[in-house]
Amino acid sequence: MTRRAAITLAAVPVLFLLAFFVWPVLSILATGLTEEGGAFARVLTDSGLLGVVWFTLWQAVVSTVLTVLLAMPATWVLARFDFPGRSLARAIATVPFVLPTVVVGTAFLALVGPSGLLGVDLHGTVWVILAAHVFFNIAVVVRIVGGVWGHLDPQLEDAARSLGASPWKTFTRVTLPLLRPALAAASSIVFLFTLTSFGTVLILGGPRIATVEVEIYRRTAQLLDLPAAAVLALLQMVGVVAALIAYSRYQERHTVEQTLRPARETARRPQGRERTLVAAILGGTGLLVLGPPGVLVWRSLTASGGLGIQAYQALGSDTLVDVGSAVGNSLGYALGATVIALGVGLPAAVLIAARRGRLSRWFDTLLMLPLGTSAVTVGFGFLIALDAPVDLRASVVIIPIAHALVATPFVVRASVPVLRAVRERLREAAAMLGASPARTFRTVDLPIVSRVATVGAAFAFAVSLGEFGATIFLARPGGPTIPIAIYRFLGRPGVLNFGQAMALSVILMVITATAIMAVERARLPGPGAF
Amino acid sequence: MLELQNISARFGALRVLTDVDLTVGSSEIVAVLGASGSGKTTLLRVVAGLHRPDAGSVRWDGHDLADTPPHRRRFGMVFQDFALFPHLDVGENVAFGLGELDEPGGRVGEELERVGLGGYERRKVNELSGGQAQRVALARALAPRPRLLLLDEPLGSLDRALRRELAGDLRTALRDAGIPAIHVTHDPDEAFAVADRIALLHGGEIIRFGPPERIWHAPGTEAAARLLGLTTIVNVTVGPEGVSLGHGEGRRARAIVREEAVRIAADGGVGGVVEDATFRGPGHMLRVKVSGGDIAVVSHERVEPGQTVGLDIPQEAFTLLDG
Repeated sequence: MTRRAAITLAAVPVLFLLAFFVWPVLSILATGLTEEGGAFARVLTDSGLLGVVWFTLWQAVVSTVLTVLLAMPATWVLARFDFPGRSLARAIATVPFVLPTVVVGTAFLALVGPSGLLGVDLHGTVWVILAAHVFFNIAVVVRIVGGVWGHLDPQLEDAARSLGASPWKTFTRVTLPLLRPALAAASSIVFLFTLTSFGTVLILGGPRIATVEVEIYRRTAQLLDLPAAAVLALLQMVGVVAALIAYSRYQERHTVEQTLRPARETARRPQGRERTLVAAILGGTGLLVLGPPGVLVWRSLTASGGLGIQAYQALGSDTLVDVGSAVGNSLGYALGATVIALGVGLPAAVLIAARRGRLSRWFDTLLMLPLGTSAVTVGFGFLIALDAPVDLRASVVIIPIAHALVATPFVVRASVPVLRAVRERLREAAAMLGASPARTFRTVDLPIVSRVATVGAAFAFAVSLGEFGATIFLARPGGPTIPIAIYRFLGRPGVLNFGQAMALSVILMVITATAIMAVERARLPGPGAF
Repeated sequence: MLELQNISARFGALRVLTDVDLTVGSSEIVAVLGASGSGKTTLLRVVAGLHRPDAGSVRWDGHDLADTPPHRRRFGMVFQDFALFPHLDVGENVAFGLGELDEPGGRVGEELERVGLGGYERRKVNELSGGQAQRVALARALAPRPRLLLLDEPLGSLDRALRRELAGDLRTALRDAGIPAIHVTHDPDEAFAVADRIALLHGGEIIRFGPPERIWHAPGTEAAARLLGLTTIVNVTVGPEGVSLGHGEGRRARAIVREEAVRIAADGGVGGVVEDATFRGPGHMLRVKVSGGDIAVVSHERVEPGQTVGLDIPQEAFTLLDG
């Protein structure tokens, strides 16, 4: 790729990030710094706020450890064994990750809320938050650690066994060390997701429990204390960046060069007693993963006593929340966000895939930053920054732009590995067979790029549909999205309102699942982070 | 002594091993020769305890090993791609099987010395050449003094020249250690270079098992002959005055023609048309079409394809096959 082509490709993503990421972040910084007496000093001496920071950190650590521990058995089974229905089981294990946070929150309320199915009210306790975080992030571990585990050479474990190592010693001395980089990657992603968890905590935490994200929202929307919100957002950004740096240092030091095997060679049928173990692990994980959404569906259908669709019918005639326009808004915004995310993400992905070197790595990191920065920070930044030179805050494009900013890293991450897999060799082969550069592009690159675009589009669409953290800052009272409408139903007392929240959650879940199923169909076989 | 009796294994509906019987005596090296997909690796995995057979028994000195897990069998294994632990250095790899017994500078150094890699302890495994990695894998497997060594195509990923050299070293190393071994390979040269006895595995069944000379001189079936690299096989007729080419009056059969016994006749002989001629070091390799099949023969002079030559095929060049 020529320098000129690279600069052209980089222009749109760079301008987009400057306008909608860097500028809002700088505005947050300015807001935090310009208060009389200094907002930093005020926040850092406020024991309530420090308590929030401390809680945010430790719940993220505990959530991460629990998630990894509980996900490992299923990761092992899905990566190492071949059994009927394996790809279905994999798809099911991914379900929670693609569920919108608001849906997860509602599902856990349906399970262990004030009128929960299990009869214990854990609303407002740390337990339900930890449970929801584990539920939500199991898929991250299954996908990332399983992605490596499925490609580990099984002969290494066989070699350990033949050298006299027990199954446990084989695991701790061979398997675990080889999985360490993948475990670190998965743990850091889970840590970042749970550190910046917003929707789940806002819904399940009740009035007493807040993470930094929730506190930023409260300071902004309820207390109008923008400087304190800005300081909290900055603190969180520093934490996120520190975690990312620590992670990349760790990766540099602990990456082990090893031969990876195609997954179909490493998986085997369970033998003898293993069958029971595999079945138990699949059953247990299945219950964990399908339980909450299952309960949500069941309770939405039994909200008014007997089995029926009253809750769904009530959605159409609600006087306070116009559900029809919320669905319309969500789909419209998702479409807009998809177009923007592809327009920004695809050129960036092509560029990152084609060029290796320091600049390309920096560019890659820059594009990933919005993901680590959290949706709430994005929403808050938009709110305080985008009033000049044109006041975008009242415009309908602001929400799709915010969603695209959150979705772009997913588009890039899903596309780069696939684009890199188009080896230069394939192009050379096409050229040697007499294809002109134009024909090579048409027959080799284009089919893959369009496939990548489909995957990226579905991701962006799904992310936008479920986006809550940024939208809650930016949605106008008359123009809610589905997640905002659900949150409003949850905020109103009464059985019927909760029924409507559950019904609308089910609808959102179905729309999201449809988009994700499109991803699974278009996915190319091979390794990939998501 | 290792005894396999009626071992059968299947993957789903696919039969991989059928009624395999095999014995390995004390300090004996048995080569299992088979094409890829013949079940060789599964056979080793069954012996190692890494794969549970669907039927049959694996016995060591008369004890059934069905309930002995792999790590308690004290059978060492050398894997096709060596399976060195990439996160450990050479010394740590060799020490892995020594467990608590390992003392610094003790056995590990000794084992590495023995395979000619003294002083390699701190090397990373991905810095080793193919031949070095193979020797580290051997040292690692031998270090815990296993009572049987299983070798799965241990030279398979090396180039030809190195393979020939290391096959000899391997036999010497096993002999010196006095450890019985099962050596699995698809290469007949390698099998002959290491083995006391050879088993031919075809389609999951042992079709021949015996000393190398006997296997070579009387392979029995066509499948066995092809495994041994004896691929000049023709139709013959067995009559009162001996074996003759082509199907004529008398008992019809298939026979191996030992190329080394066939000469170009000065005059007369069995007539045939040269199909193809290529130069190989010792001479021109001719493929001659005769009645009954194609025969390869070395000629000192180049003969153009399409010409007719006479072949002198003595009776001892024929080895009749069963069936």
